[in-house]
Amino acid sequence: MAGEPTAESIALLEKLVAALKRRGIMTEEDIQARVASADRASPETGARMVARAWTDPAYRELLLRDGTAAAEAMGVRMAGAPPLGVLEDKPDLHHLVVCTLCSCYPRAVLGYPPHWYKSAAYRARAVREPRAVLAEFGTALPPGVKVRVVDSTADYRWMVLPMRPAGTEGWTEDRLATLVTRDHLVGVSLPALQGATQAA
Amino acid sequence: MSRFAPGARVRVRDAWPERSAPMHLRTPHYLRGREGQVERVLGTFPNPEAIAFGRPGEPRPLYHVLFEQKPIWNEGEEGDTVMVEIFEHWLEEA
Repeated sequence: MAGEPTAESIALLEKLVAALKRRGIMTEEDIQARVASADRASPETGARMVARAWTDPAYRELLLRDGTAAAEAMGVRMAGAPPLGVLEDKPDLHHLVVCTLCSCYPRAVLGYPPHWYKSAAYRARAVREPRAVLAEFGTALPPGVKVRVVDSTADYRWMVLPMRPAGTEGWTEDRLATLVTRDHLVGVSLPALQGATQAA
Repeated sequence: MSRFAPGARVRVRDAWPERSAPMHLRTPHYLRGREGQVERVLGTFPNPEAIAFGRPGEPRPLYHVLFEQKPIWNEGEEGDTVMVEIFEHWLEEA
């Protein structure tokens, strides 16, 4: 994992940025806009998308068909971002997202990935023993539920659409969104009314 | 135009080009030689094996391919699966 940047790496970065500016490839404004966009992205965006899909069938259909368009419909700037795909959990199917080759993550709608998502342990184990990994996150799947690991190896980025917890009938979209955490959107845990699972 | 349609049985090429030259591959080693089923065509994307080295990446079809999880590792639960993005040039008919 990356630690504090060294003086050498900072000097190298400054030279690279200066060269890109000098050649007109990008401006300071471009950099600031991108930094602001990256800082704005957070799992709350993904949570709002899930809550809307739980309450609005047309939005749900769009989310599953074209995650990028669904994110844009929520005001997320997707230009330049990899396409977003959304994986629909079902009563007998649970999705778990990993990137075994590096750390591909749907940053546009979830923000920066957590430390564990990038760890060699998660990347190696999620694809080989997903049920043991889920158990370590405190996630017990109901009997009969199959696990589908989604290894994010190429140009898409993947987010899980979990099932709406029982007992939330009549809830507003805003209230539903408060139930959904980053971990639910990666698939290491399930949204629930009681706080049985927490963000790591 | 993509070669495989959803539902097609495919095999990931049992090739290891990274052993003979520096490579940037997006095909996980645990799937080389494994059989799966095309779930859907994800579109075409520039070949990452070229653009990683600053070469023009010609567009290649990308598929979401579904594999049974247990045969890959000889452990795990029956019916569990792994779904992976694989480029067309890594797939052959099974």
